[in-house]
Amino acid sequence: MNRSTIDLWVGVFVAIGLGALLFLALKVGNLASFSTAETYRVDARFANIGGLKVRAPVKSAGVVVGRVADIAFDNESYEAVTVLRIDSQYKFPRDTAAKILTSGLLGDQYIGLEAGADARILKDGERLRITQSAVVLENLISQFLFSKAAEGGDAKGGK
Amino acid sequence: MADPVIAQIEDLTFAYGRQPVLHGINLDIPRGKVVAVMGQSGCGKTTLLRIIAAALLPTRGRARVLGQVTSELDRDALYALRRRMGMLYQFGALFTDMTVFDNVAFQMREHTDLPEDAIRDLVLLKLEAVGLRGAAPLLPAALSGGMARRVALARAIALDPELILYDEPFTGLDPIALGVIARLVRQLNDSLGATAVIVTHDVAETLPLVDYVYFMADGRVVAQGTPAEVRRSGVAFVEQFVSGAIDGPVPFHYPAAGYAADLGFGGGA
Amino acid sequence: MRAALVRLGAMVTTTVWRLGYASRFFVYLLAHSGTALRRFRLTVREIYFAGVLSLIIILVSGLFVGMVLGLQGYDTLQRYGSSEALGVLVALSLVRELGPVVAGLLFASRAGSAITAEIGLMKATEQLSAMEMMAVDPIARVVAPRFWGGVLSMPLLAALFSAMGIFGGYLVGVVLIGVDEGAFWSQMQAAVDVRNDILNGVIKSVVFGVAVTLIAVFEGYDSVPTAEGVSRATTRTVVTSSLAILALDFVLTALMFTGGN
Repeated sequence: MNRSTIDLWVGVFVAIGLGALLFLALKVGNLASFSTAETYRVDARFANIGGLKVRAPVKSAGVVVGRVADIAFDNESYEAVTVLRIDSQYKFPRDTAAKILTSGLLGDQYIGLEAGADARILKDGERLRITQSAVVLENLISQFLFSKAAEGGDAKGGK
Repeated sequence: MADPVIAQIEDLTFAYGRQPVLHGINLDIPRGKVVAVMGQSGCGKTTLLRIIAAALLPTRGRARVLGQVTSELDRDALYALRRRMGMLYQFGALFTDMTVFDNVAFQMREHTDLPEDAIRDLVLLKLEAVGLRGAAPLLPAALSGGMARRVALARAIALDPELILYDEPFTGLDPIALGVIARLVRQLNDSLGATAVIVTHDVAETLPLVDYVYFMADGRVVAQGTPAEVRRSGVAFVEQFVSGAIDGPVPFHYPAAGYAADLGFGGGA
Repeated sequence: MRAALVRLGAMVTTTVWRLGYASRFFVYLLAHSGTALRRFRLTVREIYFAGVLSLIIILVSGLFVGMVLGLQGYDTLQRYGSSEALGVLVALSLVRELGPVVAGLLFASRAGSAITAEIGLMKATEQLSAMEMMAVDPIARVVAPRFWGGVLSMPLLAALFSAMGIFGGYLVGVVLIGVDEGAFWSQMQAAVDVRNDILNGVIKSVVFGVAVTLIAVFEGYDSVPTAEGVSRATTRTVVTSSLAILALDFVLTALMFTGGN
């Protein structure tokens, strides 16, 4: 095998190998859409975050505007403290509400922001005061069952 | 260069693990001569060659090669010593993934900063010396056994070594190739002014070729001298070896208990 | 009973001895890698043999694994009415696990065995000791370029395997079955994280590359220099490195993907 043929093939191999890595990073992953942009941080406290995870998206009107950077438990208020990193190009009023929502019926959970009407905008390090916890499916079902049970008092043999 | 003895083995004992191979060997290789070490297979002659090449270190005693005691050298000094030696392996040991040309050029490229056209001239010179300049672009797989041996010889002398070691250079060659190799060994030695050590059991081909002979048996030197002296010496072992008799001081049978006993007749065992 | 204990003891002693020997070999190999990196042409040649020649099997296997993932994934997902998540399933399985692991296994049997056989044959035909006699260190000249060639090839092969697999999943899912193309890619992009998923996959493939190539060069260098010895060393390379890949994969997965995420 000739030297320059080997060089050529190795060159081709390395090029398409790096191409594959780039494809994975840009087209399969989310490197292109995020990560290098400037962000500011905002805290939000929830009574229950359900299945929210670090790096879950933060969306407003369905557009991804940031990510969950950190999740902690506050041992005094017994609440979950989440830290959100929001892209600097998006500004929100101070009375914006944060909700934990689910994409689809069984999908991943994310934080949805609903803009308020305050004239002052959120600054780095401030806290979102208005929050709504995750809807926990088990709680919903047990509520539903209890209300059913209350309605149909003595129908226990039928089930 | 003043030292007339190029390699000197003093009271050498060597064992692989607990199995002793060489016992109390004393041996001198004079500079500029072709010296043969002969003996039957398994007598320890190849081990002796590897000790001279510093691939093995003596268990006891000393091997002084090219003025240096092999057991006292560190890796760098050892490699420096080996650059002054060439070795021809029994089956050539050519690098199968390189052409004949690259095989011969290998050491020049590894050890010198010569420009490529100077290397080319040198390689062709060495190949011409063994008559294989035309085979330069071939791969070793395309060579016959005799040709491979000659290429290996060209490779061994690539850097003009002072000491050339031959491990069974005649084994498995047809008579013509054998004659060619034998003549080359002598010729190269005389033209390069190098010293050669040949380890072999081919008595008939070797004796006319060499200046001095050591005979070995069971890890000991049993006879030595010029070929003429050895022929006249009358040592029973040498007689048997030269004439090729089946039985003699070297028994036909491997040591064993009585044949009858082994077959279960003797009532023993 | 006694014989069994003796055998067990001997086995443990040999294993520990070989492990120690292999570690010393590894350190020596790293310390003498200068030649392989300075004269990079030596390593380029080995990238050709380890990487380029493994390309076909990697690309074809990747494509088929991806297509099977597409079929099976669709079959399962559509029962829950979430067939758009097919892209996520295909991409995550490939990038996190199947890419590095299957590419590693293929690499071990295609390139690893070839490396072992080549070094073993060089040893059996005295080429290594001839080299040593020419004052050239065979570990620096023969072993190190093969090691680095393998280590550099493996991550590229794993990335190609994953990319090809995702393409195969796309072919089956989008082109053949008709999953919505936009959802396929956008859900994938939303779910696959560059650092947590792709980078960790690349780290896995680098670790597997080091493990497989090290086992391959060590088995070759340590083989019994006979035809039988070389063939046994080659078999051992494939078996040992496959087991090493699976065991390392478990350890790495446990470290990378539990907790935090």
